[in-house]
Amino acid sequence: MQLNHLRNFSIIAHIDHGKSTLSDRLIEVSDIISERDFKDQILDSMDIERERGITIKSQTVCLPHAAKDGKTYHLNLIDTPGHVDFTYEVSRALASCEGALLLIDASQGVEAQTLANLYLALEHDLEIIPVINKIDLPSADIDRVKSQIEDDLGLDSDAAILTSAKEGRGIEALFEGIVAHLPPPQGDPEAPLKALIFDSHYDPFRGTIVHFRVRDGRIRAGERIRFMSNNATYKVEEVGLFQIVRNPQKELVAGQVGYMIAGIKTVSDTRCGDTITLDSRPCEAPEPGFKEAKPVVFSSIYPVASDGYDDLVVAMEKLKLNDAALIYEKDTSVALGFGFRCGFLGLLHLEVVQERLEREFDQSLILTAPSVQYELVMNDGEVQIVDNPALYPDPTTIEIAREPFIKAAIIIPDRYMGAVMKLCMERRGINKNYQYLTNNRLEMIFELPLSEVVYDFYDRLKSVTQGYGSFDYELIGQRDTKLVKLDILINGDRVDALSQLVHEERAYQRARVSCDKLKEEIPRQMFKIAIQGAVGGKIIARSTVNPYRKDVTAKCYGGDITRKRKLLEKQKKGKKRMKMVGQVEIPQSAFLSVLRTDAE
Amino acid sequence: MAPTHPTPNDPAAPGGLYLHIPFCRSKCAYCDFHSSADLQRLPDVFEALLREVRLRASESGCFDSIYLGGGTPSLLAGGDVARLLTHIRRHFPILPDAEITLEGNPDSLTPARLTAYRQAGINRLSIGVQSFHNARLRFLERRHNADQSQAAIRSARRAGFTNISLDLIYGLPGQSEQDWRRELEIALASEPEHLSCYQLTIEPGTRLALRHRRGEWQALDEAAQLRLFRLTRKHLAAAGYDAYEISNFARRTPHGGANLRSRHNQKYWNHLPYIGLGPAAHSFQPPLRSWNEMRLQPYIDCLARDQLPVAGSERLTPRQMRIETLYLALRQSRGLDRDAYARRFGERFEARFARPLAQLMDGGQLVWTPPCYQLTEKGFAVADGVVAHLVSALAEDEDLPRPADDGG
Ligand SMILES: Nc1nc2c(ncn2[C@@H]2O[C@H](COP(=O)(O)OP(=O)(O)OP(=O)(O)O)[C@@H](O)[C@H]2O)c(=O)[nH]1
Ligand code: SF4
Ligand SMILES: [Mg+2]
Repeated sequence: MQLNHLRNFSIIAHIDHGKSTLSDRLIEVSDIISERDFKDQILDSMDIERERGITIKSQTVCLPHAAKDGKTYHLNLIDTPGHVDFTYEVSRALASCEGALLLIDASQGVEAQTLANLYLALEHDLEIIPVINKIDLPSADIDRVKSQIEDDLGLDSDAAILTSAKEGRGIEALFEGIVAHLPPPQGDPEAPLKALIFDSHYDPFRGTIVHFRVRDGRIRAGERIRFMSNNATYKVEEVGLFQIVRNPQKELVAGQVGYMIAGIKTVSDTRCGDTITLDSRPCEAPEPGFKEAKPVVFSSIYPVASDGYDDLVVAMEKLKLNDAALIYEKDTSVALGFGFRCGFLGLLHLEVVQERLEREFDQSLILTAPSVQYELVMNDGEVQIVDNPALYPDPTTIEIAREPFIKAAIIIPDRYMGAVMKLCMERRGINKNYQYLTNNRLEMIFELPLSEVVYDFYDRLKSVTQGYGSFDYELIGQRDTKLVKLDILINGDRVDALSQLVHEERAYQRARVSCDKLKEEIPRQMFKIAIQGAVGGKIIARSTVNPYRKDVTAKCYGGDITRKRKLLEKQKKGKKRMKMVGQVEIPQSAFLSVLRTDAE
Repeated sequence: MAPTHPTPNDPAAPGGLYLHIPFCRSKCAYCDFHSSADLQRLPDVFEALLREVRLRASESGCFDSIYLGGGTPSLLAGGDVARLLTHIRRHFPILPDAEITLEGNPDSLTPARLTAYRQAGINRLSIGVQSFHNARLRFLERRHNADQSQAAIRSARRAGFTNISLDLIYGLPGQSEQDWRRELEIALASEPEHLSCYQLTIEPGTRLALRHRRGEWQALDEAAQLRLFRLTRKHLAAAGYDAYEISNFARRTPHGGANLRSRHNQKYWNHLPYIGLGPAAHSFQPPLRSWNEMRLQPYIDCLARDQLPVAGSERLTPRQMRIETLYLALRQSRGLDRDAYARRFGERFEARFARPLAQLMDGGQLVWTPPCYQLTEKGFAVADGVVAHLVSALAEDEDLPRPADDGG
């Protein structure tokens, strides 16, 4: 494979602008999969992606393309997610590309992640082709989007390609644009092997499958490779290309993106950002790798079953292979035993991790209320970082508490200015300034406490702007705050897994909402259950789950006995998702309900 | 007379024989029993039933109770009942003082039929009165009115029945304590030997459930249901009836008088063996339970080929045996006999259920009345919850000794 017949590019965009659908059209034309096996958004292969209709994982697919110049090209496409929580996926995908297609929905126009992803691509020095998609929509306004491309993005709108991914329009032009305008990769096939790991996943039959981009040299089955970060060596069993299915190749050379299977037994040997080289002929220095993902919310994960920790360890390691943004360390709780303290890029990321652990690794889990990372200046001047309510020190020893703030850029049609103002004020936000973009759109800049946006902020923004608002944010540092620890007591016992760190002003409201939610979720039992919210020993909210007063089957004769017994047996099965806390059975859903508590 | 508290450990304990007559003139709104209104098929099913009696004659044990249930067994003519009982006696060892019950509905219990039943050997009658209030009878979609019930009871007495049980349903929408007390009074006026008072339950798939879903009526709230439940127990106790099971009441008799509890139903509740004949009937020969084909035609066809119409069976595991024992024993006023439990399961009840037992005693749901653990009044109202709470402490099968009456 000659370098100048290769193109590596990502499709990037704001959420829902049609990246995965456009990928479908490109895949269809290249004919690597039979019609029978085709389905919409075929690269969204995880159940949870299909159910939610969003991309969570970047996916690579190598498309053979016979161009008008008579040559066959290998176009290596990476479909990326649009949601903010998965930006880490995008940035790693960009590291193995020379170009990017920046999609813009013809009716929505430029949105917050359009800008954010453009900046990411520019950081990687990529060649960018703007693509105006969904031109079939009656509300499509191509001229308006073109002016946004010029003025808001600073790109040449004459270079924009018009497509309808839904109707398959503009696909030929897009192929030609990719071949003509995106540069081929550079690299020396004869130099020592140097390949950058940008992802991996666990296959129950083949073990760890490493995804990488070859910078220099070549890699084949039978060779012994070395991971440069830990010097682990393995014999390569198979290399190949991603073509919906894995397609084994004799070798992969500089410029190519593909996978390797090497009988990697120790799951933790494979690290995202590491460099693969040949054991017998190593390259001099590794690739720079990636910036660590910077988690913004933290929560602990515990197995529902008391003996489930060992399984969870294995599941976490395997999931980590495929989710480089997941950060975790061992944790313990009085109520829940051993588990992990985890860092996530946002609440959606947290939900995805939970669901993947449950679905792909058959775990049954309890998560604690998410928290941001606070900075505590102690009386003796020492500074502590705390993200776990369980480790919150005695408040009298704290001199100053600080919480992380973000700068949020919110793009809206100007008629929603009032509604967005109100929302941000409610969330303790400060409006720093605003500026008009093209076409009556406003970019508003707010400074907000991160803890106020991790909960449902995006959903609320969508709803107050009837779907037109989009937002992006960056952390801008810690600021002084008034922090309290809210405890939840069940029948007088503090359940550490339900404790939350909250702003003083929010404590009452959060306590009340938590008590009410728990009351809804904890099923009535034989005995009365008192739920209390407390700050520093003072009860500030309470609710009660009343016991059953009447719960008795009227009749019980011949055939009823079996039926009743089966119900009793089933109830036991349902209990697998219950956690005993003291004398009370708390369903997993109750922990989740507190976690999702919105501060309404 | 059968021992008052037979336990399953007694190998010689006589069993019960149940015969299911799966026909009714029409389906009542609340009913999820197995019954058909296609009366034309009654003769074929009846013949098949006779065959089943013959085929199952080889099953061991003797019997001190026969129960003709349904459905509406009073759809059978007097002659048919006589024929059936004779047939049964020919094929099964029936003890001389056996309790022989027939279930009937007021609209088919005519004086002539009642006399014939009595002569055929029926000595206990269970009458589906359900309510003495015509509007409530219509709500339940019963075919008869209150006068017909009264007439049936009078005729039964005249025909010589000295052991009569009335079925009543309470907890109907809008029913106040006063309403229900008045109905109980009417029932008591006829001095029945036995009463079964069931709280109305909305069974899925019934017309009642459908009407409820459509919003045509509203169920009583929990507090009102509880008041009626308590009232029933209190009122009947005061009237001289023993609440020997959650929904069943027997008139107290002077010491030495005939025991008026349903001997047959106690087989179920004491986990004793019983044989069920007829479509959908269940049989239990610890630890084996089996049930018959419920569809009429396959039932008939099967017996026409001289094959047993068994649709399924299960062998109760040690855990299942315990669950059933708990559930059944605690529903009875006598409660769970600790010594019988120990003999049957080879373990101490207190050791197996230590934690929930302590909680339930503390919570006032259970009391210890040697040699039994009994539900309190408060406990009876939440009997299902109590059992569920105990069951939640039960280990898996591998860790439980097999019961003594589990053959191997
Ligand atoms: N009318 C129209 N709808 C489109 C077009 N392209 C995509 N869509 C629809 O837009 C929605 C989002 O499409 P996706 O391809 O999943 O968008 P995405 O950019 O991959 O979304 P994320 O991966 O979640 O960021 C789907 O309902 C598509 O059917 C198009 O050209 N025209
Ligand atoms: S008469 Fe009895 S068995 Fe027949 S439908 Fe009515 S309630 Fe059900
Ligand atoms: Mg997508």
